[in-house]
Amino acid sequence: MRFAAGMPERATDGSPPTIDITTRPEVDDATLAAQTAPTSSALVPIHPADERAPDLDDRAIRKGDVDAWGRSERVREVARRIYDPIYRHYFRAEWEGLEHIPQTGGALLVANHAGAIPSDAPVIMHGIETELHRPVYGLAEYLFRALPVIGTLWARAGGVPAHPDNAYRLLHDDAQLALVFPEGEKGTGKLYRDRYKLNRFGRAGFVEIAMRSGVPIVPIAVVGAEESMPILFKSKRIAKLLNVPYVPITANHLLFGPLLGTALYFPAKFKLRVLPPVHFGVPPDQERYSRSRVMEEADRIREQLQTALYDMLRSRRSVWFG
Amino acid sequence: MRVLVTGLGTFWGSHLAQQLEERDDVEVVVGLDTREPRLPLERTEFVRADSSYSILHRIVQATKVDTILHTHLIVDSTTLSGRAMHEINVIGTMNLLAAAGAAGSAVRKVVVKSSTLVYGANYKDPYFFREDMQRTRGPRTRVERSLMEVASFVRDFAEDNPHVIVTKLRFTNVLGDLLETPFSKALRMAVVPEITGFDPRLQFAHEDDVTGALLYATAHDVPGVYNVAGDGTLPWSEVCAIVGKRRVPMPPVLTALAAEPLRMLRVLEMPPEMLSLLRYGRAVDNQRFKKAGYRYKLSTAGAVDAFARSLRLERTVGEHDLTYRYERDVETFFRHSSAVVREAE
Repeated sequence: MRFAAGMPERATDGSPPTIDITTRPEVDDATLAAQTAPTSSALVPIHPADERAPDLDDRAIRKGDVDAWGRSERVREVARRIYDPIYRHYFRAEWEGLEHIPQTGGALLVANHAGAIPSDAPVIMHGIETELHRPVYGLAEYLFRALPVIGTLWARAGGVPAHPDNAYRLLHDDAQLALVFPEGEKGTGKLYRDRYKLNRFGRAGFVEIAMRSGVPIVPIAVVGAEESMPILFKSKRIAKLLNVPYVPITANHLLFGPLLGTALYFPAKFKLRVLPPVHFGVPPDQERYSRSRVMEEADRIREQLQTALYDMLRSRRSVWFG
Repeated sequence: MRVLVTGLGTFWGSHLAQQLEERDDVEVVVGLDTREPRLPLERTEFVRADSSYSILHRIVQATKVDTILHTHLIVDSTTLSGRAMHEINVIGTMNLLAAAGAAGSAVRKVVVKSSTLVYGANYKDPYFFREDMQRTRGPRTRVERSLMEVASFVRDFAEDNPHVIVTKLRFTNVLGDLLETPFSKALRMAVVPEITGFDPRLQFAHEDDVTGALLYATAHDVPGVYNVAGDGTLPWSEVCAIVGKRRVPMPPVLTALAAEPLRMLRVLEMPPEMLSLLRYGRAVDNQRFKKAGYRYKLSTAGAVDAFARSLRLERTVGEHDLTYRYERDVETFFRHSSAVVREAE
């Protein structure tokens, strides 16, 4: 990846890294040993020595910086500049536990999902890219790829269709950070009265992918997205007619009207808590993993996230001021 | 090695025959086509056969060829009618494999030049197709259907003839100095079409890598299916930028309808496969063939750059392809007349 190759320079000549690596969570020795064992490729190499990275000659030929995933660091740069005031002054995002996100190597970031048009994905991606200077690839619905303009912008900004093989390549081969919302549209489509109650985590495919790629899962609990665009009603019938997951009437619609209400979020205070990484201690690249183990791990991660959310909500005094 | 090359009258057939002639371990090259060879050939024996290869059985028996290089699969649906394409791809391959598998055949290796068109292009696709992955939507166009059918023939043949090494190479879009493909035709125009709002990831292989890969599979034993594509991917906009062409947008809805006038005016014919590529793009994983030992000459960007260079040369000096016309009497004279002094003898 071109961008990844350029990353260390950014980290060194830019602002000094704010993360203290020494406070990385402790992994029990057995897990670590299993992962560093020379016989397995468990610990993801930062850049495999094979020829997957673009040719050196390519650099002289290339006119753009769009990588194999359709992401463009230049587009991200512009997007970050535009989004930064929103991130800092509108949502006033606040992180804790950022040191849990590995600075090198692949990791699957897993978060709760909310808001009729989810506001959590941009906040997480922007936050990690500005704080850690690492690109984040957002795994999402295939649907984006079928949309003109939006689909292209989405891909340039780091969106990747959530195909299991795409995720595996990102995590295992390219050692990148990938963000996934296991709740999917069930999370963003839930009504305001169900806020912060996690839906089921699908078929737990994300756990299997992390196991296969040999990377840890880093859960992220997000508070604020629910209130930024709460859904009051949903129409199943119109959704069916339009062939979309849901058609929401949000509080934003009622307050700002149908057009502005679709684009304008409420300035809810965002708080994000990164939980310690979950290592599985299983060999990567297996044909299949025990179904029960996978479901069990998914449930455990879901519970951790739910507990963290309730804990954060307990200490939250105001939706708007945190 | 005694080699039979199908499609001698095509770009690939001629070039492969030419390169096979240079190899010392190749004793005999027999070329098959309805059309004449496109390049001057020294010792290739050209057999004019009807496109369904009904005489193939006799040729295989008589020449005792041990290797068949099946390059004659039509992947550009703009060049032929659907019926003719079906005849060549499906019926042709069927006859070829029947002849290769018949009793008394000396064939021990079959190399098939197929296309990544078999993967289709759809929004549900993985970003990189591996050889064992299925397409996410049924084939919609004639050329894709015929290639899928060919694939199943080849699979059956490999199963029924375990003593034969069967290699199937799936090539991505090819660019080169001389070859004409829908993409090269589009990139040769003053302005290049794009579909509004889509900037798909594409891969290219250079024509030298295509002949290189086919020759590699001929010279080495690499049974199985392999993707062949240059490293990396490029967005269509960047491909156009490297070639130095401006893009004109086509509507994202009813695109095929919008492309129709271009076809009728003979400006540019874009097959349906190309339209879906310009929408969703496609890339394949080329690792398996690399692990089999093949070293690519050019990456995707390299192939596009090489094409851009050849266009620049063309702009200055015009068509630089040395055109060759096959003339049977002249060929026979040079090969068999006693008046020609042959140094080797």
